[in-house]
Amino acid sequence: MIAFMNNSDSEEEPCNERTSLMSAESPPVPSYQDGLPASEAGEAQAHRKRRAGSSRGPNNIAAGEMSGSGVPVRESILENEEEELTLKYGAKHVIMLFVPVTLCMIVVVATIKSVRFYTEKNGQLIYTPFSEDTPSVGQRLLNSVLNTIVMISVIIVMTVFLVLLYKYRCYKFIHGWLILSSLMLLFLFTYIYLGEVLKTYNVAMDYPTLFIVIWNFGAVGMICIHWKGPLQLQQAYLIMISALMALVFIKYLPEWSAWVILGAISIYDLMAVLCPKGPLRMLVETAQERNEPIFPALIYSSAMMWTVGMAKPDTAARGASQQTWDAAEDGREQLRSPSHAESQMSETRGPVPTRPVTSLEELEEEERGVKLGLGDFIFYSVLVGKAAATASGDWNTTLACFVAILIGLCLTLLLLAVFKKALPALPISITFGLIFYFSTDNLVRPFMDTLASHQLYI
Amino acid sequence: PAFGLFIFTIARDPLRIIILIAGAFFWLVSLLLSSLIWFIAVKASDPQDERLQKGLLIFGVMFSVLLQEAFRFLYYKLLRKAIEGLVALSEDGCSPISIQQMAYVAGVGFGLMSGAFSMINLLADALGPGTVGIHGDSQLYFLTSAFMTMVLIFLHTFWGILFFHGCEHRRWWEIAAVVIMHLTVSGLSFCNPMYVGSLVPSYLLMAAAAAWAYLVSGGSAQNLQRFLLCKC
Repeated sequence: MIAFMNNSDSEEEPCNERTSLMSAESPPVPSYQDGLPASEAGEAQAHRKRRAGSSRGPNNIAAGEMSGSGVPVRESILENEEEELTLKYGAKHVIMLFVPVTLCMIVVVATIKSVRFYTEKNGQLIYTPFSEDTPSVGQRLLNSVLNTIVMISVIIVMTVFLVLLYKYRCYKFIHGWLILSSLMLLFLFTYIYLGEVLKTYNVAMDYPTLFIVIWNFGAVGMICIHWKGPLQLQQAYLIMISALMALVFIKYLPEWSAWVILGAISIYDLMAVLCPKGPLRMLVETAQERNEPIFPALIYSSAMMWTVGMAKPDTAARGASQQTWDAAEDGREQLRSPSHAESQMSETRGPVPTRPVTSLEELEEEERGVKLGLGDFIFYSVLVGKAAATASGDWNTTLACFVAILIGLCLTLLLLAVFKKALPALPISITFGLIFYFSTDNLVRPFMDTLASHQLYI
Repeated sequence: PAFGLFIFTIARDPLRIIILIAGAFFWLVSLLLSSLIWFIAVKASDPQDERLQKGLLIFGVMFSVLLQEAFRFLYYKLLRKAIEGLVALSEDGCSPISIQQMAYVAGVGFGLMSGAFSMINLLADALGPGTVGIHGDSQLYFLTSAFMTMVLIFLHTFWGILFFHGCEHRRWWEIAAVVIMHLTVSGLSFCNPMYVGSLVPSYLLMAAAAAWAYLVSGGSAQNLQRFLLCKC
C-alpha cells in the first residue's frame, strides 16, 4: 500500500494543493446586489434570520465588495437596498450550504460504517512519514506533531507555488495541473472505492462493465466540473470527489496525526486568509484586481442562475450594454469562505431564467449563490468520518460532531455577512467539532450508556 | 412521528431549520455540561458502592434536567434578540417568523436531539444479532424505549411552546410548571422496568401538556371542532 501511494504521488500533490486552496478563503467577489429592485416581494418570504440578533449582520451571505470596475452608478444609488436585500437571502443560503455538507458527511459516514477497508490501517502517506506505532505516549505525540508539521509545510509550499503561478499568469500550467488532479481523483479513487464497496457487499462484477461505468462516470465528471454542465450534476460530482478525498484522508492518516492536523489546518487557514501577507489573501486580491475567475473545480457553488456570458474576451465582441451586463454578473459571485469564489460565471450554473435577459436587475436578482471551497467539505467530512470510525460512542459522537460543524458553518456565514470579506470557513467549525468530539467521547458517552442501561430518561 | 413533524412543518422554511439545529446544539451543550458534572462526581466517588452510584446517577439526571431548562431559557433570550433583528431588517416591519413558531421549532430541536441521543445507539445495536431480555430483563425493552423516546420528543416540543409563552407573558408559574413536569417525567423513568409506572403517566402528562400548549397558542375547542368536522 505504501508503494501504491508512492506511485500516486503526483496525484496526491494536486489533491493537496487543491485542499490547501480550498481551505483558502474565497476572494470576496464584487457583488452587485445594488441592482436589486424592490420587486423582491417574492424574496420577502426568504426573509430569514440567522441566529444572532444583530440588526444588520445576519443574513448577508452575498458579502461582496463592490468592484470598482463596472457599474459605479448603481452602487451609489442602491447601496441601502442592496444591503437589505442581501441580508434577506441569508437563511436560504445557509441551507443551500447545509445540504451539500450534510450529504457529503452522510456519504462518508455511511461508507466508513459499512466498508471495512477504510478503517484498516494499511500504510501511510509519504506526507506523514512518522509512524504512530510507538510504545510510549510521548513518542507518539511527538511523531504526530512532526507529521503535522510536514503536512502543513507541504500545503504551504503548494499554496505559495500556486499563488506564484497565478501571479505570473501561468494559467495553462494551473489548468493542466487541476485537470490532471481531478482526472486522477475521478478515475483512480472511484475505482478503488467501487472495488471496496463491491467487495463488502459481495457483488460480482466483471471488468468490462466496471470499465464502462468508471469511464462514463469519470468523463462526465470531467466535463461537468471543468466545463459546462447542469448545476446539480456539477454539485453532485463535487460532493462525490470531496467524499472520496475525505475517505482517503481518513484511511491514510494515523489517528493522533489526524486530529492534530485538523487543528493545525484551521489555524493555518485563519492565518492564510486574514493576514495581509497570507498566500490565499494575495490570491484573492490578485484575482479581484484582474477581475477574473479563479480556478474552476475548486469551489462548490450553490448559485441559482445560469449566465450565458463568460468572463472572457469573447464577450467583448458584444455590445457595450452586454459588456456591463457581463461585468456585473462577474461581480455577482457570492463569495464564500475558504474558497476561491469564481467570478467566472461558467461555474455557476443553474436553470436558465425564463424571462428575457433584458434588465440587469432581474439577472442580478436571481444570481445569488454562496460558494464554499471543496477543502472545507473535505475536512468537515474527515472530522465526522474520524468520529464515526474511531469513537467508541458511535453514533452519538458522530451526531454531536455533525451538529457542531453545522453550527460552526452557520456562525461563519453570519460573520461573513457582518464583515463582507472572504473568511476562512474552517476554524470555527473545526474547533466546535473537535471540542464536541473529545467531550462527547469521554464525558457524555459513559453518562448516556449508564442512563440507557437503566433506561432512564433525561 | 417526530421526523414526520420535521418534514412537514420545518423542512420548508430555511429559517426554521437553522433554529432547529441551533436548538439541538443548545441541548447538546447542556448535556455536555451535565455529563461533565456527573463524570466528575463519579470519579470523585467510590466506584464500588452501588447505592452511591445509583444516587449519583439520579443526581446527574436531575441536574441535567435543570440544565436543559436553563439552556432553554438562554435560547429563548437569544431568539428574542433575533426577532428584534429580524424586525429591523424586514421591509414591512414585522418579523417573518413569530415567537410562537420559534418556540415550536426550538422545542422540536430539543426533542429531536434528546430523542436521537437516547435512541440511536439502541437502534444500531438492534440491527445486530441478539435476543432482547435474555438475562431476565424485560423483553419489551426496545418497544418501551421507542415509546418513551417518542413521548419525550413530543413533550419537549410542548414544553418549548409553554416555556416561551411563559417567558413572553412573564408568567413564572408556567415556567415552573414546565420544569416540574420535566423533573416528574424523568423521575418517572426511574420506575423502569416497571413500565406501567413510567409510560402511562408520561403519556397522560403529554396529553395534558398538549392541551395546554394548544390553548396557549390560541386554539380552542371551537377551532378543533371546526377543523375536524369541516375543512372550510
